Amino acid sequence: MVQRMLKTVVGVALAGAFGGMAIAQDSKVADELAKYREALADGNPADLLEVKGESLWSEKRGPKNASLEQCDLGLGPGKLEGAYASLPKYFKDTNKVMDVESRLVHCMVTLQGFTPAEATRQWYSKPGKESDIEALVTFIGAKSNGMKINVPATHPEEAKMAKMGEYIFYRRSGPQDFSCSICHGQEGKRIRLQELGNLTTQQGAGFAMKTWPSYRVSQGAVWTMQRRLIDCMRQARWPEPNYLADSIIALETYLQKNATGTVMETPGIKR
Amino acid sequence: MKLKLALFGALSLALAAPALAQKAVEVPGGKYAKEAEQMFRGSFRADNPSYWMTRLEQDETMKTCQQYRDNPPRKIGEKLEKLNAATIRYPVDGKLIGDWKEGEKLAAVGTGGHIGFIQPDPPGRVRGGNCYACHELAKKEVAYGTIGPSLHHFGKLRGNSDDIVKYAYDKIYNSNAFSACTNMPRFGLHNWLTPEQITHIVAFLIDPESPVNKD
Ligand code: HEC
Ligand code: HEC
Repeated sequence: MVQRMLKTVVGVALAGAFGGMAIAQDSKVADELAKYREALADGNPADLLEVKGESLWSEKRGPKNASLEQCDLGLGPGKLEGAYASLPKYFKDTNKVMDVESRLVHCMVTLQGFTPAEATRQWYSKPGKESDIEALVTFIGAKSNGMKINVPATHPEEAKMAKMGEYIFYRRSGPQDFSCSICHGQEGKRIRLQELGNLTTQQGAGFAMKTWPSYRVSQGAVWTMQRRLIDCMRQARWPEPNYLADSIIALETYLQKNATGTVMETPGIKR
Repeated sequence: MKLKLALFGALSLALAAPALAQKAVEVPGGKYAKEAEQMFRGSFRADNPSYWMTRLEQDETMKTCQQYRDNPPRKIGEKLEKLNAATIRYPVDGKLIGDWKEGEKLAAVGTGGHIGFIQPDPPGRVRGGNCYACHELAKKEVAYGTIGPSLHHFGKLRGNSDDIVKYAYDKIYNSNAFSACTNMPRFGLHNWLTPEQITHIVAFLIDPESPVNKD
């Protein structure tokens, strides 16, 4: 964890130095950087959530009073190392391509006996209301650190999901004519001061995907990839998709496929 | 014989090349495009009000741009540009230059139009042009995006002839009238900005007193 934290610090410091050159006089940026430094002084706040996720994983909970230790995230029951990096993935038992969150919820339902509604009620945190899913995903994500994202999408169902994700990525609609591609389809662009990156290339997608889940300083919370993409749809001025909706999983499959080969460094820390 | 074959080969290659270049871009989603559309539409919360859901509709421009990954062949691009040019409407009094101070405010506002249950804009939230999201404008605003080109000194460089004023108005009203499938929204077409608001932003771009043309 320490090594990873060091890397994050260096990364942010570099980003700060780089941003600082062009925009030294901008107080908004200075504020943001101050917030980063504050957040980093005690390490990435997500590290606490990771610890919480670890205990939630092994705690006996739910109507069946069972832990999640037998949960199969794609590499076999209880096998966590590298699991996040290989998701989304086709699962025979559900006959579906599932991402880390939909699979986790599946385990909470089948192993622990929660209803899907109970399991997802607090899928993201609000001030004063923590989210078990965020904690568990942070823990599961960190178990892939140092491993390569590996979603070649070779199974026909995975290949199909990746293609459907590509379809959505370029789909324009809404009162601003937006698509994912208009914000994330070119190199080196930014919206205001936020760097966007080209998610259609291995380098761009890798740079983004390896850091999720991420602690978002501006939100004071860890965001999962579902939360990130649902919020991007909000920014596109589209209606709100369902949590765990297939189109989100399709986008994740497309992005993870593009990012395949990039070494994971999570939890990240972001604006 | 060998030479002939080689020549023939080279020729057919040369002939095939333009066709290949056109064909190289596959429709996003490939053979699953139709199914993907259905899946996408089925992904939204059932309690989204139906007027929110209309935001998923695609007009011909959106559909065509998606199909070509925003890079349509020139002929199709021209067709879209004509189609979009025909949508442009002007203020009743015909005046295309408004108040640059109003325009300055509108160019900076990035809120408005966010829906959903998690973080919607509160009712009555001002809807702006959000030009700074993508463009550099007045020098003093350093938090500008780079999806679009810099518009700093727009009026100073282009002047304030009727043609330029009309171009600026038309561009903001319907960006696709000039460059089909541009990343720039069509503010007038979608009634995101009123014709009057657009004249204010035009003034912000063109007026010699506007900060866009100072510094
Ligand atoms: C109007 C602009 C806009 C649209 C449209 C948009 N995004 Fe984003 N996206 C952003 C911004 C801004 C960020 C945050 C960058 C930051 O935190 O600095 C972001 C972040 C992301 C990230 C995380 C990147 C990283 O480096 O960690 C991913 C992945 C992403 N978006 C995917 C998508 C997808 C998929 C869509 C379409 C469903 C989409 N976005 C639509 C603006 C947009
Ligand atoms: C989401 C991105 C985006 C937003 C928001 C946006 N633009 Fe643009 N704009 C672009 C892009 C990309 C181009 C270049 C391609 C083109 O000409 O359409 C452009 C081009 C232009 C041009 C033509 C420049 C030239 O050299 O002829 C003008 C004028 C312009 N924008 C004005 C505005 C104004 C005013 C606003 C706000 C009301 C605005 N734009 C909002 C992306 C954007």
